[in-house]
Amino acid sequence: MAEQQTPLPPDIASSRSWTRAFADIREGLHRRELWSHLGWQDIKQKYRRSVLGPLWITIATGAMVLGLGLIYSTLFGQEVKYFLPYLTTGFIIWQFILNCVTEGSETFISNEGVMKHLPAPLTVYVLRTLWRQCLMLAHNAIIYLIILAIFFADLLPEYTMAADGDSPVMPGLNWEVLLFIPAFLLLLVNAAWVVLLFGVVSTRFRDIPQLINSLITLAFYLTPIVWSPDLLASGGRGFSHFVVQFNPLYHFVNIVRAPLIGQQVEWLNWVVVIGFALVGWTVALFVMRNYRARVSYWV
Amino acid sequence: MVSIDVWNASVDFPIFDAKTRSLKKAVLGKVGGKIASDAKVPIIEALHDITVSIKEGDRVGLVGHNGAGKSTLLRLLAGIYEPTRGAARTVGKVAPVFDLGVGMDPEISGYENILIRGLYLGMTRKEMQKRVDDIAEFTELGDYLSMPLRTYSTGMRVRLALGVVTSIDPEILLLDEGIGAVDAAFLDKARDRLVDLVRRSGMLVFASHQDELLFELCSSALWMDEGRIVKEGSLREVIGGYKGKDPFAHMSKEALERIGESPVLTTKSGEVQ
Repeated sequence: MAEQQTPLPPDIASSRSWTRAFADIREGLHRRELWSHLGWQDIKQKYRRSVLGPLWITIATGAMVLGLGLIYSTLFGQEVKYFLPYLTTGFIIWQFILNCVTEGSETFISNEGVMKHLPAPLTVYVLRTLWRQCLMLAHNAIIYLIILAIFFADLLPEYTMAADGDSPVMPGLNWEVLLFIPAFLLLLVNAAWVVLLFGVVSTRFRDIPQLINSLITLAFYLTPIVWSPDLLASGGRGFSHFVVQFNPLYHFVNIVRAPLIGQQVEWLNWVVVIGFALVGWTVALFVMRNYRARVSYWV
Repeated sequence: MVSIDVWNASVDFPIFDAKTRSLKKAVLGKVGGKIASDAKVPIIEALHDITVSIKEGDRVGLVGHNGAGKSTLLRLLAGIYEPTRGAARTVGKVAPVFDLGVGMDPEISGYENILIRGLYLGMTRKEMQKRVDDIAEFTELGDYLSMPLRTYSTGMRVRLALGVVTSIDPEILLLDEGIGAVDAAFLDKARDRLVDLVRRSGMLVFASHQDELLFELCSSALWMDEGRIVKEGSLREVIGGYKGKDPFAHMSKEALERIGESPVLTTKSGEVQ
């Protein structure tokens, strides 16, 4: 919108300034008690009056993983002891990414009522959404720990995913499991800009959440979660390589998944994920600077 | 220290209809250049060129017809809307009580709502826990506080909201009409607390259609119409201008005593002296 700027009193930063944008982020981070409470409240709210409560998150994921694991390992002729941990970990990370994207784009839309009645930095709503996803992830992580406990002995030595032994050899679980910590932090950094950027853009253009919802299931099947890239390799290496490497979601999933199940993180994973974090945050910060003050008008 | 300053501020709401709120137009509109600027979204000018300055100790009443921009001005002062043109600065701890149905979660208990509202207003969890008993006593809601908010009547919600804002010592209190929903007994109690609060800490901006309430809580007034400030000045003058008659002429004796004003200052023709 073309805005005619009247001269401002000298000591006030304009609505479209970096000062205000960073002040919003700083204050948002500072109000930890608020967003952490709201995030937890969201989860309690969803499972209110159910006997098992948030444990349903764990149960739902567990059932899904077990079902998909048994079906796809049979379909693709993979060994359950390697495939189930692979699918479990990938699926849990996918759930986190999926929710960050879909619920992220609804961040401000779903807070419409509060945003018009109580002043708070935009960052508070971003962190509320993000924290909710972290709590969901924590509930799902229980499934990973159970699966890991069951298959720990199998994952410890070197192994190959496919039963015929034609696919690459995985190093097995070792100290590199700790790499999941920086990997997850990178994933979080990326999730934060996704929630912020998608949230603001979706508030203005209400087609975006619909667009995302209609494509996200396809993205799930295009990303190696219920299938492993090794499997495609036996069909045609060139094609599989293309589909996998040019899918950014693969890098986000693999960077956290690989260390957790004793597989190798590729250097390209790090490059792509760090690259996305830099580019994404640059765009998100520009959007924050220019449209932060508009969001309350758009909701 | 506490102050509100607004310089030539305007608030324009873009009204997106189903078509313009989609990507289609923004993407396709780029091609035509000029057409895009012609096919701009319709805009509602909720506030136009507002300049006000409110100082510590001021108690300002907002009067005007429905849709005059009172609520929008309150939201501007709260920092919820930043002006589309011009500038606004609010220094101090703001506590708004706007539309009472929204901003509270109907599914969770009164206690939880007290806590969340307090957190929104910048309190910590510990500070709120200390105040919960005080709020419970003031609102007289008792065991109802552990019930979900959806079981509350409008008046009970007002009690809750007023209980929270008056307990946290805000410096700037912004009240929209609607606090009249409580019964007379509670209103008396709330009035004392509000007056006390404003004397102690700072500033009140209050939009209302109830003259008595305005006179009891405010010292000056702003008359708004069509997003502009029509008149600014003493309460009696402004309300007199807005209503076209002296507000005291129709008040009961008790109300006038409470306000501490002497009755009947109008001439025979009905003009304010």
